[in-house]
This record gives sequence, structure tokens and C-alpha cells, in this order.
Amino acid sequence: MTAALAFQNLTLGYDRHPAVHHLSGEIGEGTLLAVVGPNGAGKSTLLKGIVGVLRPLGGKISRNGVNARDIAYLPQIAEIDRTFPISLYDLVAMGLWKRAGLLGGIGRADREKISAAIQAVGLRGFEHRAIGTLSGGQMQRALFARLLLQDARVILLDEPFASLDSKTVSDLLELVHHWHGEKRTVVAVLHDFEIVRQHFPEALLLAREPVAWGRTAETVSAENLLKARRMSEAFDDRAGICEDAA
Amino acid sequence: MRRALAGVVILSLSAAPIGIFLMLRRMSLAGDVMAHAILPGAALGFLVAGLDLFAMTVGGIAAGITVAVAAGLVARFTELKEDAALAAFYLVSLALGVTLISLKGSNVDLFRVLFGSVLALDNPTLLVIASFTTLSLFALALIWRPLVLECVDPGFLRSVSGSGTAVHLLFLALVVLNLVAAFHALGTLLAVGMMMLPAAAARFWTQDVTRMAAYSVLIGVASGFSGLLVSFHANLPTGPAVILAAGIFYALSVVLGPVGGLRKRLSPGRHLEA
Repeated sequence: MTAALAFQNLTLGYDRHPAVHHLSGEIGEGTLLAVVGPNGAGKSTLLKGIVGVLRPLGGKISRNGVNARDIAYLPQIAEIDRTFPISLYDLVAMGLWKRAGLLGGIGRADREKISAAIQAVGLRGFEHRAIGTLSGGQMQRALFARLLLQDARVILLDEPFASLDSKTVSDLLELVHHWHGEKRTVVAVLHDFEIVRQHFPEALLLAREPVAWGRTAETVSAENLLKARRMSEAFDDRAGICEDAA
Repeated sequence: MRRALAGVVILSLSAAPIGIFLMLRRMSLAGDVMAHAILPGAALGFLVAGLDLFAMTVGGIAAGITVAVAAGLVARFTELKEDAALAAFYLVSLALGVTLISLKGSNVDLFRVLFGSVLALDNPTLLVIASFTTLSLFALALIWRPLVLECVDPGFLRSVSGSGTAVHLLFLALVVLNLVAAFHALGTLLAVGMMMLPAAAARFWTQDVTRMAAYSVLIGVASGFSGLLVSFHANLPTGPAVILAAGIFYALSVVLGPVGGLRKRLSPGRHLEA
């Protein structure tokens, strides 16, 4: 199995404080990986690092042959301005950015793709609704439709199932499995261990530093979770310089 | 009078859509600040060359961009929140501009710089306004998609394209350009009116940003037209009349607008079946 992504002693953070500290390892192509850990453990930060929005403080991320444009990223829903006057259709259509770019036209074939994506997430008939009028679940479905259009080899999901009802979660999980079946690499930040255990074969437990990484059943053990919680509670505002960096 | 009409119509074409984005990005105050920031630059141009079109235009653009960048830097690198930084810059700019003009000019000059002189628009000024508008419309068409995306979902834009910062800076430059154009017609204090009032009014009529931009242009043109007519026949100062007309359109939209307007709020009608 070749690696889609590899981390070498990676440190990511804000204002010199590490949020992900000394992470090494590989994510194989076609992996379905859950990233778990307490709040503030660096899970979202890791995704931002992979997308390239955040530059590493140390170490390195190799995207083996995966072009930055071949990574689709679903930000946390809170980062989206839902008061902006734009229709669901236009929001989903943004998934074609890679092809259409700044000025490229959206032709008939593209419009069919957009409609198909909207249909696939069960939002047919909602195309012309403003995004401000959508429920949380509908909004997340729309964002998954956008991901479908992006047609990326690597898909990063930041808390994709936060505060959704079980029907929506199971519909969206179906899409995730579909991607997995197509040998795409999917990395999802999750909080619900039940979902992780049932649907994700591999897991990474983060508490700023990697606590465990491997098969889900072994990674998400009570012992590891306790360890993760202890580690994440240690934040020092006057922390010295990490000498281990090299 | 005809030139004045052409001036306000052309101004509305690009100023109003830009106002839409200022509003949607919650930068209405920033627009106001930049309008004031143009004053000391234009005043410097005035000190050097009198009421010269070129000097005041260049001075205005330079000052506007400087303040836009400086306020952004202060907000980003110090503890001061952006609105406070902007308020500081805007007060200082106004005071500095008025002082500079008073060094050499009369009260008439000062009045003209503060409130503009739509009726005195000559052909060269009209040409400047028209070329700025043309430029802005092209630029706006070019950055429309990333600009919308940056407002709705900046995280997504960053993941698909590195153009976010460039687009933001270009947008600020467009704001300054349009304010300088509006400054020639309406003066510093009212220039931003042609941007914000039609935009704020259009917000009440649609939930689609493209349509909103179109409506804002219509409202801008209508305000310019009716304001000029009223000022001509009732012998009122022109700039304020135009802005007042825009204000009336805004007030009507607040009350009657179907999207979040007062009428809808006060008598929403009976609820629907589904």
C-alpha cells in the first residue's frame, strides 16, 4: 500500500505553541481514518496542515504525488457565514472550482453533475433555497454534495456529523463508505466513538501528541482515552522552547 | 445638469455592487473610514495644485490605500479591535484633511471638498469617474467567484485556491477607487452614501447576491435621478439631495422589503401548511 500522506516529526501550531506535536506516520492510499481526541487536541489543526492552510512549525508533510488541488476539505460548519445571500445550488456548484476556476463557464454537463450531486444527498427541490433557510442537516448535506463534485483523491472532513440526527448521519456515512469503496483516502475528525468503532477501520488518537495510531479497536481503548485526556490538560502559557525539535 | 446625471448614474454602476460586498463582509464602517481617509490625500493635492483633478485624485487614492492597509495592520498586529482602529483613523483623517484645506483654501473650497459639487462636474472629471467605473466593473467580474466564496466559506476558498488575500486586497483597492470617483461628485462626507445606501436597501429585496447587486444599481440610479431632479426644481444642494433620495429608498425598503422587512415582521400573515 502506498502512502497518500506522510508526516515526519510534524509540529503544527499557532503563535509558536504547538497544537500538533511531533507526529510521524503515514496514511495509506484508500485508508478510512478517524482522528479522535479531546477538544484542543489538534485534530482540526492537523487537517488544516494537510490542506496547506497552516504551515508546519517543524517537521514536514509529504503529499506523495497528491496535488494540493486533489484534496477536498470540509471545514467545520461554524466557519461558514450562513447569512450570506446565496442559493444552495450556487454553494454546491463551488465544488467545480478546480475545473471552472475564476472565469470558466459552467456548461450543460456540469449542470447535470451539480444536479446529480444534489440528488445524491437527497436535497432535490431545494436548489433555489437561500442557505440561510436550510436546517443544520440540510446544510451539511449540501456541503457533502459539494465534496462529491470536487471529486478529490483525498477527502478531509472536520466534524462532519456534529449535531445531526441519526438519519442524516447514516445517509452521509453511506457516502463516506462509497468514497472508501472508490479507493479514495478519507480522514475524518470525529467525537462519536460509536461511529468510529462501527465505520472506521483505522483511528488516530491525538492529544497534541499522538497517543495511539492503528486499528480502531486497539487505538480507541479506555486506557488510551484516559491517557489522552491527561495529556491534553497540560498547557503551559510560559512553555520553554522545545529542544526536541531538531 | 446632464453631466451631473451621467455622473451619478455611472457612479452607481460600480459603487453599488461594491457596497453590497462591503455590507455582506460587515465592512460598512470600513467603507466610511476609507471615504474619510481620502480627504487628507485630496487636501494635499489641493495644497500643491489647487482644485486640480489629477492631483486630488492621485492624493485621494494614495491616502485611501494607506489608511486601508494601516487600519488592517493595527487591527491584526495589536490588541485593538478593528472597529476601534478604524474609528481612530477616521477621526484623525477628517481633522487632518480639514486643517490642510484651511491652510490655503476658503470655506467655499472646504465645503466643496466635504460635500462635493455634482452640478459642477466637467468633462475631464466625468471621464475619470467613467474610467474608474469601467475598470471596477471588469475587476469585479474577474474576482466575483472568489470574492463570494471568501465571504461565505473562507476555509473552503483557502483549500482550493491561494487567491484569498490577493482578492481581498484587490477588493479594497476597488473600494478606494470608487470612493475617489464618488468624492469628486459628492465630497468626502457623502461619497460612501452612494455605496452603502443602495446596498443596504437592496438587502431587503432578495436572497441572492447577484440579484442584490443588480437591484442596488437600480436603486442607486433611481436615487441619483430623483435626487438631482428634486434639487434642481426645489433649489436644494445636490449631493445631499441625492443621498437623501437614496435614504428614502432605504427607508421604504426597510418597511416594505419582502426579505426581513418590517411589514413582513409585523404582519407575517397566517402560517402555511408546510
